[in-house]
Amino acid sequence: MKRLSRCRSTASLRPLSTGGESGLKDVTSSEASVEAAKPLPEPAAPDMPLLRIESVAKSFGNFRAVDQLSLDIRAGEFFALLGPSGCGKTTLLRMLAGFETPDEGRILLGGKDIAPVLPHERPVNMMFQNYALFPHLSVRDNIAFGLKRAGMARADIAARVAEMVALVKLEGMEKRKPDQLSGGQRQRVALARSLARRPQVLLLDEPLAALDKKLRESTQGELMELQRRLGTTFIIVTHDQEEAMTMADRIGVMDAGRLAQVATPRNLYEAPASRWIAEFVGDINLFNGQVMSRDHSRLTVSTSEAGSLTVSELWPPVTKDVVCVAIRPEKVKLSRRAPASDEGGSHGINRLEGVVADVNYLGGVTTYKVRLESGAMVRSSMANTARLDVDAYLAGQRVVAWFTADDCMVLEQ
Amino acid sequence: MSARRIFARPARLAAIAPYLWMVLFFLVPFAFVLKISLSQTVIAQPPYTPVFDLTEGREALTAAFAQLSFDNFRLLLHDDLYILSYLRSLVVALTSTLILLLIGYPIACGMARLPQRWQGVAMILVIVPFWTSFLIRIYAWINILQHDGLLNKILLALHIVSAPVVWLSTDSAMYLGIVYSYLPFMILPLYATLSKMDASLLEAANDLGASPRRAFWLVTFPLSLPGVGAGALLCFIPIVGEFVIPDLLAGSDSLMIGQTMWLEFFTNKDWPVASAAAVALLLLLVPPLLLYDRLQRRQLEGNS
Amino acid sequence: MAHTVTRITRFNMTSLALGFAFLYLPIVILVIYSFNASRLVTVWGGWSLRWYHEFFNDRAMLEAAWMSVSVGAVSATLATLLGTLAALGLARGERFRGRALFSGMLYSPLVMPEVISGLSLLLLFVALNAERGFWTVTIAHTTLTMCFVTVIVQSRLTSLDRSLEEAAMDLGCDPVRAFLLVTLPLIVPAIVAGWMLAVTLSLDDVVIASFTTGPGSATLPIRIYSEVRLGVKPEINAICTLVIALIAVIIVAASFASKLSSSRGESAAPL
Repeated sequence: MKRLSRCRSTASLRPLSTGGESGLKDVTSSEASVEAAKPLPEPAAPDMPLLRIESVAKSFGNFRAVDQLSLDIRAGEFFALLGPSGCGKTTLLRMLAGFETPDEGRILLGGKDIAPVLPHERPVNMMFQNYALFPHLSVRDNIAFGLKRAGMARADIAARVAEMVALVKLEGMEKRKPDQLSGGQRQRVALARSLARRPQVLLLDEPLAALDKKLRESTQGELMELQRRLGTTFIIVTHDQEEAMTMADRIGVMDAGRLAQVATPRNLYEAPASRWIAEFVGDINLFNGQVMSRDHSRLTVSTSEAGSLTVSELWPPVTKDVVCVAIRPEKVKLSRRAPASDEGGSHGINRLEGVVADVNYLGGVTTYKVRLESGAMVRSSMANTARLDVDAYLAGQRVVAWFTADDCMVLEQ
Repeated sequence: MSARRIFARPARLAAIAPYLWMVLFFLVPFAFVLKISLSQTVIAQPPYTPVFDLTEGREALTAAFAQLSFDNFRLLLHDDLYILSYLRSLVVALTSTLILLLIGYPIACGMARLPQRWQGVAMILVIVPFWTSFLIRIYAWINILQHDGLLNKILLALHIVSAPVVWLSTDSAMYLGIVYSYLPFMILPLYATLSKMDASLLEAANDLGASPRRAFWLVTFPLSLPGVGAGALLCFIPIVGEFVIPDLLAGSDSLMIGQTMWLEFFTNKDWPVASAAAVALLLLLVPPLLLYDRLQRRQLEGNS
Repeated sequence: MAHTVTRITRFNMTSLALGFAFLYLPIVILVIYSFNASRLVTVWGGWSLRWYHEFFNDRAMLEAAWMSVSVGAVSATLATLLGTLAALGLARGERFRGRALFSGMLYSPLVMPEVISGLSLLLLFVALNAERGFWTVTIAHTTLTMCFVTVIVQSRLTSLDRSLEEAAMDLGCDPVRAFLLVTLPLIVPAIVAGWMLAVTLSLDDVVIASFTTGPGSATLPIRIYSEVRLGVKPEINAICTLVIALIAVIIVAASFASKLSSSRGESAAPL
């Protein structure tokens, strides 16, 4: 338990951020090395989570939308459900709101099973993707709607509405109807309305999908700040990884009705649990191969496309011999010659020689595709740290693409 | 259980009252029509026999059942009056529907191409006559078509004709009246499909080398067929049974089936034959009614 | 943009102009001639309110008019109530036993020839030994017009965003309250339009009323119809003009009412 909490506070993946050249790894004991290579354990959970989803399943006809899914969510957490469309994330959210009843399993909120409780009797509120603002009611009446249903006193309602309006910075708009508001303002009204009842859990269904990119980014920040201030548990459904990464404390990646991985954004990206997640989250180079030898926690993998690669093993260690070596493009560096600090491969630097096949300048970064002798492509993205293009490579140029063993991941097929 | 099902229970409860109402006042009456179409005419009140009376016991009831016969339907099949009026109804309905299509399509097309804000106005302009009484609109035409009416006056003034033309009590007047009354029913479904059509489809057809005319026949028209079907059915079915328009505008030498029914019922007091005619008419209308029902349901209930 | 396929052409404009002239001219002529002083409908004898005066002294016509207005008001109100409930059942009831029969019963009267509906209802009333008059006509009109109300309200309900009702439930409404507080206010324009249509259809009907009414309780259309069969009479022009005016007032009042109750930007469904 102690270790878990330490890791949460440091919130860093593993102590290798200094890179392969530090030499730190070589002198650590094998035990420490295993510990170091291990992905960051999930943040500590108190004994009873606020929300516990216990092997919940839901089918529509023959389609299993949610399949034996279990998940714990702590009080005050900002949790994101991420997944491709049709993965069941919205169905799960709707079960939490009470719009769908699970076929199997329990949903415990504060220890009480709420699966059979009707939506209007749950201490949970939802912000709808299209906001679902009542078009016939003013901003004020929309926000007060849930409070009136709760039988709150008139004066208290007025006070709470004023508080909510201030919270989402909509002062002066109280008398407007939804169709007199901009998209961003409508989003705020929807947020204020769903927060007005002070729900224990706020469910947000693609809350930012209807906003344009710039507004979405600023709203992400505001939403996070609001969540921190109120301490309400937020569960957000999104298909936008960047959005999930930016806002959430933890992300649950869903695929075909199951949770493929639940992890912090960093762990999800740097230590994906499977090849599918590695490919789903962000960009990645993958090489299929076979484990040839094991030296401490260092594996040598023979691949047909990129030759022999040296990789650090993650925790838990791979059990099978047929594996897949994965490397994120930004961790693949390009240079004209092989890096000098190579002392007999002890740092585990992998070098792949090839020809630049494609260059895409994207402003902040430039992405390259390097064709190896085997014909395979390696993608690399490099930050444009200088204004002038002294570091740029041209298509057709011979380069060395290199990366350290620690930057690689080894995944089972 | 889903949110939809949470709403479904009270919604179904709400439907109980209208359900019972429709069963009592729509479905059950058809049973009576059917039963009386199999009965005999008598000069009595009510003017048919047998009369089922549950208080007379079972034997009387069986006896009553034994009296039912298909005589009335045999009459319908063997009397030229009925066969001719059926045929006339079909011909009139088909011809009118065709004329309505020919007139309604260009209007609906024109409406769909109006600038957006004028489309609403045009829509209201099409609907408003529908709100004004249909009888009044027929009467308005009688005003114009009568012997010394406006139409003859204009024709005489323009020296197109030398003597007043007889318009009333002719088939032309009847067709005019039918087309006039049913035009909104044809335009609205056509407009609904045409206005939903993506303008870029036509531009794409044009871009791919189709002339505007060919683009119309290759793109617009095939895509508007659901609207054509809905409009045609919406007009055809009621026109077959039309009574008031042929009665007021057409001559009395050949009758539509609605007129024949009316005549049998009110003038000859022959309720069983009138009922048999109604049953026969209904049978005739079953296929288009089923088709219409399917179209309606698809339109109203969407894809859900 | 000289000649695109989607542009409105001269042919389009001509068909629109002719179409609308065809729809409106007869009515305009009828209204104008109702103010004609001459007894001969076709000879213009100057402006006059003579025929209106005549109508207001025609007891039988006035009685028929009163009968029509009361049948229209009562049957339309009943039809709106029943039709809205039916629409709710169809649009929100999901699948239930007898649904196909229900929707079939509701959609087919829209096109059913009136002679059939009229005859069948009459046979029912005779079998039930009901005294024919105001109530039988009202029931007949309710049956016919509630189907129109159902179609209008149902199409509004199906186009309504279902998440509004879910939001209401999420904020503490049970289904009934969600309907009353959220759904109902949003479908008021359609309900008002349905009521309007029901009134006008009732004010318009000759055939069904002829079958279902009893001796001595003719509706206005029945009276007009029997007068029209005998030829054109200026008094009929005046009555028709009054009916048109009445319907116009109802439409204006109803659209005003629905505009008040509905949110901005939403107009009453006209059909």
